[in-house]
Amino acid sequence: MADRGVADRAVTGAGDGRLWPMTSSTAAKGTRRETVVGIGAGATELGTNDMVLNIGPQHPSTHGVLRIKLRLDGELITAAEPVIGYMHRGAEKLFEARDYRQIIMLANRHDWLSAFANELGVVLGVERMLGMEVPERATWTRTLLAELNRVLNHLMFLGSYPLELGGITPVFHAFAEREQLQSLMEEASGGRMHFMFNRVGGLKEDLPAGWYDRARAAVAAVRGRMPVFDDLVLGNEIFRARTRGVGVLAPETVQAYGASGPIARACGLDFDLRRDETYLSYGELGDVLRVVTREEGDCLARFECLLDQSHNSLDLADACLDRIAGLAPGPVNQRLPKVLKAPEGQTYTWTENPLGINGYYLVSHGDKTPWRLKLRSASFNNIQLLGELLPGTLVADMVAILGSLFFVVGDIDK
Amino acid sequence: MITALEALLRCVVILVVFLVLPLVIGQTEHKVMAHMQGRLGPMYAGGFHGWAQLVADGVKFAQKEDIVPADADRRIFQLAPAVALLPYLLVLVAIPVGPGGFVGQDLDAGLFFVLAVMGIGVLGSLMAGWASANKFSLLGGIRTAAQLLAYELPMLLAAASVAMAAGTVSLTGIMGAFHWWWVPWQIVGGFVFFTAGLAELQRPPFDMPVADSEIIFGAYTEYTGLRFALFLLSEYAGILVLCALTSVLFLGGWHGPLAGDLGWLWTLLKTFALAFVVIWLRVTYPRLREDQLMRFAWTVLIPLALAQLALTGIVKVVIS
Repeated sequence: MADRGVADRAVTGAGDGRLWPMTSSTAAKGTRRETVVGIGAGATELGTNDMVLNIGPQHPSTHGVLRIKLRLDGELITAAEPVIGYMHRGAEKLFEARDYRQIIMLANRHDWLSAFANELGVVLGVERMLGMEVPERATWTRTLLAELNRVLNHLMFLGSYPLELGGITPVFHAFAEREQLQSLMEEASGGRMHFMFNRVGGLKEDLPAGWYDRARAAVAAVRGRMPVFDDLVLGNEIFRARTRGVGVLAPETVQAYGASGPIARACGLDFDLRRDETYLSYGELGDVLRVVTREEGDCLARFECLLDQSHNSLDLADACLDRIAGLAPGPVNQRLPKVLKAPEGQTYTWTENPLGINGYYLVSHGDKTPWRLKLRSASFNNIQLLGELLPGTLVADMVAILGSLFFVVGDIDK
Repeated sequence: MITALEALLRCVVILVVFLVLPLVIGQTEHKVMAHMQGRLGPMYAGGFHGWAQLVADGVKFAQKEDIVPADADRRIFQLAPAVALLPYLLVLVAIPVGPGGFVGQDLDAGLFFVLAVMGIGVLGSLMAGWASANKFSLLGGIRTAAQLLAYELPMLLAAASVAMAAGTVSLTGIMGAFHWWWVPWQIVGGFVFFTAGLAELQRPPFDMPVADSEIIFGAYTEYTGLRFALFLLSEYAGILVLCALTSVLFLGGWHGPLAGDLGWLWTLLKTFALAFVVIWLRVTYPRLREDQLMRFAWTVLIPLALAQLALTGIVKVVIS
């Protein structure tokens, strides 16, 4: 058991700071001269040299500090190398010096758009180790909040992706709708971004009086305004022209890179942990839960997946509200000991986070801190696809492809 | 003496118009965009609905340090904003605003002059892109050059159609020959001219040379302070000139009820209505890709412009 943990760590240690090798197409052209910055960089007499262009670490389309080293022939990308690690915070090492309550706080930060979903993996893992039964009311509320969190996350990308393609309006609509849901989450948890609402054994506390009615109203309001994205964004000719057939992924590539979430489902991989390895109350929501897939695998398909999934999440939220209304009153958490220790052992918990599979491999030696808590985040795998997707495309398509991989830099660098 | 004084007065008036109207369009853009996006836009500067926002912006720009990158081609870099801005001032001189000599300077070859001078403005972006010694700027400059190939031809063809209809290239002459039924007759040409003009101004959806989310404002990446403000001003002056030209060539300029007294108001109204459309497009559309603009220009705009030219010729022959 311990050996397994050490081996795991060695692999991650090498992976986190590693620079990705240039793709094979560059290796062949490696003899070309590289141009440095200067007036008219890239041009010699009548021919052109390859130009190395750094997108990031400060660039508006990288949502933070991702850096992509491009090799350009004119505007054509001949090689792309994602350089990651600018936001590495050593989350996994920090887990080892925190008790489980503190870990929840730390673990909801790496993907700052899916805080609730990140917390879930940790508490589910610890509960499994402890063999703890969670009250039904807490499980249903968790499901509800996880779906609201999914909509929050997806709305962000539904707004920011058109922005990257030059359409400035949808992001304002997205934020107006996010605000409705966010105030709901804020009322429940006190936080707008890092909710810190999960506890081992349930939730922090019961929801405020009248919250469920307000939740229903907010879900209805958001659903009422979703046609903005169906029509204004998805129906826009230029948007379709910029995304259809751009950045096409094959299912085999996606599998080889271990990518997941809407990106994987957009190229026909019908895999969703909510259905295929059910957790929380998803098993009882089978008639509402719809796993959205597309066959095309291009940027448009990825966006459509995200949009359809948001619609479905709103339906799921409504279904959860219906079920919670029918539940008998009861506790939403368990009394915990003063010092919470997970028994010796190991477990792997994975959840279907908004951006893909989020997993925690928990190894405990029976202390109040984990001996090792390995984090498998969705964006880390998803972003590796860039090296496959970018060569052969134009700089303008680079932005379309980058945006359609729906990543959060904290989720890559951890 | 009188003529010299008059010429001076005309120049001063045009300069004032040139400095004020682009700001009005800019402020309109702030407010219109904001309201279309469920925001309020500027609300504080100047008190009433932030009317002085652009003045405040100008003051801020003027205070900033004027930076020239160490590796840049200094002279060209510094000259570029002026090259981008001044042609639009010159064009404004030749645009007729109202009947009875209400024009800066009536030129016999007005249409030629206007289109030729407008073409110079693009050089500003090219110079800036090339001289900045920045890779993003270079990409922006090259994109500008590529775009040039797409829109110049349809724009000229559409303008030629009006000149053919009027039988003159003088802008006042075109105004004099205008009849209301020219609007439906030349409407396709108007569409082509306006669309190609948008591409020349690098306004959305044809703003790939500046594309802030791809190449960080392209040619303007390295500019700060007043020089950057001049580029911005040239964009709004460009909108003014394009809209004024489109309204003069295709929408009848000062023609309308009470044209004798209020002709200038009609020109202004039509210009601002078109400017509103320019803003509206920015709020609505994402950005095209360079090759998509090319395809659009060569497979849609140019055929349309040629068809308009043929239609103009046929009608002209029939009615004469």
